Amino acid sequence: MLLRRFGKGTLNYAIISLFVVFSAFPFYWMLIATFKNSTDLYKPANNPFIYNLPPTTENLRLLFNQTNYPAFLVNTIIVGVVVVIITIILAVPAAYSLARLAGSWGERLGVGMFMVYLIPPTLLFIPMSRVVTLLGLRDSILSQIVIYPTFTVPFCTWLLMGFMKSIPSDVEEQALVDGYSRLGAIWRVMFPLALPGILTIIVFTFTLTMHEFIYALAFVTASDQKVISTGVTTELIRGDVFFWQSIMAAGIIVAVPVAIIYNLFLDRFIAGFTLGAVKG
Amino acid sequence: MAVVETRGLEKQFGDVKAVNGINLTIGEGEFLVLLGPSGCGKTTTMRMIAGLEKPTRGEIYIAGRKVNDLPPRARKVAMVFQSYALYPHMTVYNNIAFPLKAEKRSKDDIRRKVEWAAGMFNIGHLLERKPRQLSGGERQRVALARAVVREPDVFLLDEPLSNLDAKLRALARDELKQYQRQLGVTTLYVTHDQVEAMGMGDRVAVISGGQVRQLGTPQELYRTPADTFVATFLGSPPMNLVEKDTCILGFHPEHILPAEVHSHAHDPLHLAFRVTRVEYLGSERFLYGVVDSVGDPTRIVSAIPSLVTLNIEAGNTYDFVVDRQDLSFFDKTTKQRIAPVAFDHDPARIGE
Amino acid sequence: MDTTLISHTEEAYRPSWRDNSRILAVLMLIPAAVYVILLVGVPFVMAILFAFSDVTVGDPALDRFTTDTFQRVLNDPNFQRALSNNFLFTIVSQAAVLVLANILAAALTRNFRGKWLVRFFILLPWATPIAIGTIGWLWMLDSVYSPIDWTFRNLGLLKQVGVMGQVGILKNSTNMYWLGEPGLAMFSVILVQIWRMLPMSTVIVMAGLTSISPDIRDAVQVDGVGWWREWREVTLPLLRPILMVALLFGIIFTFTDMTVVYVLTRGGPPPNTTQVLASWAYIKGIQSGNLSEGAATVLFMLPVLLGVALVMLRIARRSEVS
Repeated sequence: MLLRRFGKGTLNYAIISLFVVFSAFPFYWMLIATFKNSTDLYKPANNPFIYNLPPTTENLRLLFNQTNYPAFLVNTIIVGVVVVIITIILAVPAAYSLARLAGSWGERLGVGMFMVYLIPPTLLFIPMSRVVTLLGLRDSILSQIVIYPTFTVPFCTWLLMGFMKSIPSDVEEQALVDGYSRLGAIWRVMFPLALPGILTIIVFTFTLTMHEFIYALAFVTASDQKVISTGVTTELIRGDVFFWQSIMAAGIIVAVPVAIIYNLFLDRFIAGFTLGAVKG
Repeated sequence: MAVVETRGLEKQFGDVKAVNGINLTIGEGEFLVLLGPSGCGKTTTMRMIAGLEKPTRGEIYIAGRKVNDLPPRARKVAMVFQSYALYPHMTVYNNIAFPLKAEKRSKDDIRRKVEWAAGMFNIGHLLERKPRQLSGGERQRVALARAVVREPDVFLLDEPLSNLDAKLRALARDELKQYQRQLGVTTLYVTHDQVEAMGMGDRVAVISGGQVRQLGTPQELYRTPADTFVATFLGSPPMNLVEKDTCILGFHPEHILPAEVHSHAHDPLHLAFRVTRVEYLGSERFLYGVVDSVGDPTRIVSAIPSLVTLNIEAGNTYDFVVDRQDLSFFDKTTKQRIAPVAFDHDPARIGE
Repeated sequence: MDTTLISHTEEAYRPSWRDNSRILAVLMLIPAAVYVILLVGVPFVMAILFAFSDVTVGDPALDRFTTDTFQRVLNDPNFQRALSNNFLFTIVSQAAVLVLANILAAALTRNFRGKWLVRFFILLPWATPIAIGTIGWLWMLDSVYSPIDWTFRNLGLLKQVGVMGQVGILKNSTNMYWLGEPGLAMFSVILVQIWRMLPMSTVIVMAGLTSISPDIRDAVQVDGVGWWREWREVTLPLLRPILMVALLFGIIFTFTDMTVVYVLTRGGPPPNTTQVLASWAYIKGIQSGNLSEGAATVLFMLPVLLGVALVMLRIARRSEVS
């Protein structure tokens, strides 16, 4: 029928094109809007997808000079980096312990770890918010630095666990026979071999912290302490008016690099995911 | 003096007893083979000697010291795994040097020893490569070089030839034995391949169900197997077993020959052999068929060397002879070897 | 780092914790375990305690224990709306995602030039922080300036601005009011959820498709089975575990999400038409400061979460056996 006339390949391309348009057109628009002149933008009759008036970098200047966006960026990066460090320190040894040393307990605890990840921030944010106040961390990025590992650590431990299990154990045992203590074998053999997995969890930890919204919203109200996800959606307003172009600019500046990195690490992520999820 | 000794070694995994009472001694410079099918406990035994598993019961002595509570690094053993376990992220040089670095030797010391070990196995030209760039045979040599470089008390080899092509295996067998002779290292070798075991072992321990069925030289195992398991595990084709009354008779395929050929038999036992199939293999012929004049009709194999040119055809019954001194006797219930049993036997009539 | 082999001068070996697997297992696990138990376990217990108390930001003491909070919450029509919305949004969006992900994953199985770029575009919605992606849609669905409305107008589906006498085919107005009309607002929220979750499910299904052995595909070719039958009787059964995983993850992330609703509609149009449990809890708990009611609201997510967790456990156990 249709297939025979157009060929399977064409149908494929058609389907893919539809999905690509669906996924990407908001970003296409965000890109255009970044440089749109306000007079052009706020005319409903104007074609929104082209420049009816020449493009301008005014919105970018506004974004970087007159809003707290640079502060949002810096805060996001600081939170991301520190949370990554904390996560690695906690999750890498834990993953090894569960993958290699804990026997059948390891399996069960690993599943338990994963279940903890399934407890959503939206369940805990109210008591968390109280905890943050009690610890005196309200309105500081420290609140996020302390709390975010509660979801990055379980996820990364589980992911790394699956990854480490896929590394054959005879290389570590060889190191034991070759004259190293278990600790020495971990450091000199397992750790180098696990680097790809560690790299993957660095990437995903960073992006997980960037995505987080409700904790950031609940913990921090001071403007210059906000991160991108909360800052862009709540701060780029004057009164009732959104700085639309700047908001779009703010968004696309963040979205594109992250998507590029996701694309690069996707295969690794899938490998870890299927190792952990389907094979339990 | 025994370099390695195990006393009453047992290992339990949950409710499975993988090793159920193994007593071994390995003498200085001896090449002892642990032979058995998969799951018999031979690898577990070796791992306990290496220190990678803790015995549930029993003791292990290496060079006179009790090593039960010592970690692998304190036992002065070297091990080669079936997969060779080369460190993928290190060069061949660093792989071989790795055990020496654990000893905190000087750089020059290390270089000297690595080059010595590499020279011994002819891999000096591969030192800067990474494991993934090597062939199977080359990887095996690197693993061996790494094992010898520390001059250990004991070599533990876990099926090191099973990953090689069949063609390479015979050659590798020869080389390996020669290295061992050269170095004079006490060696424990684990395999499921009885050809390897018979060809390389000074003594062989046949293991099944976590226990040693028989420990002896290859000749002892082959000529006087201690039970039917050993009897049918060795030899290709394995020993023929025929049940008669309360005992089992065993004889090797090469010991049952046409009567005309086996004229020098001391104490001939005649058997009517109905041949059902002939396999021509060049150096010998395998005759598959049935004997029914001793006990129930039983399928057996006879192996005739090519020098015997007698014409044998499937479908016919022939008069074959086994020398009674080539017979092994086993108890029907315990399957253990027993003394020869006298029995009456009518030479079967040869139908045409 | 003690890695010394006992040298050939036969010194006695001193037992060290560095060799002890048991000690190391505990030592290496403790930091993460303590951290998680403390910072997840304690708030979890607190959430339950709050729900059975009357804590507010003004009166944060846990001094009374009562079920009045639950009563109040359950009787609140806003809560009831939020609860049913939660289910509506999750079920509809995940059903759609499941179907769409399979179509897209099937289309992406072959390699073609530019696949990397296509993957990049498809991943954008998922890679972008949720809030950022949603705020892009905010303009897309604007009541006056929506580019979608503009397209519709030029296709005749809506009335053109400033033109007399013309009637829109879809709607007799210049704009759809995506976020202003209750039904359309719900549709919009569901649409954005589908948009952001589709890449994740597609990726998971793609992984599943590649794990199907090529031998099976060859066998199907030889048997001469049509593509629909192949999909229904061969691919689908083999994909079932992976589809379950994708579905379960999708359910969790959609059911517990508040970002899309909060950024897109703040729960409106009034009165709280598109609220979900989490966004309502935020408004009640943080904005209004009624911690107990907020906590009680989100506790209703637990049964579904537990159910999902149990199903996942069963899948994990089953695949362990195989």
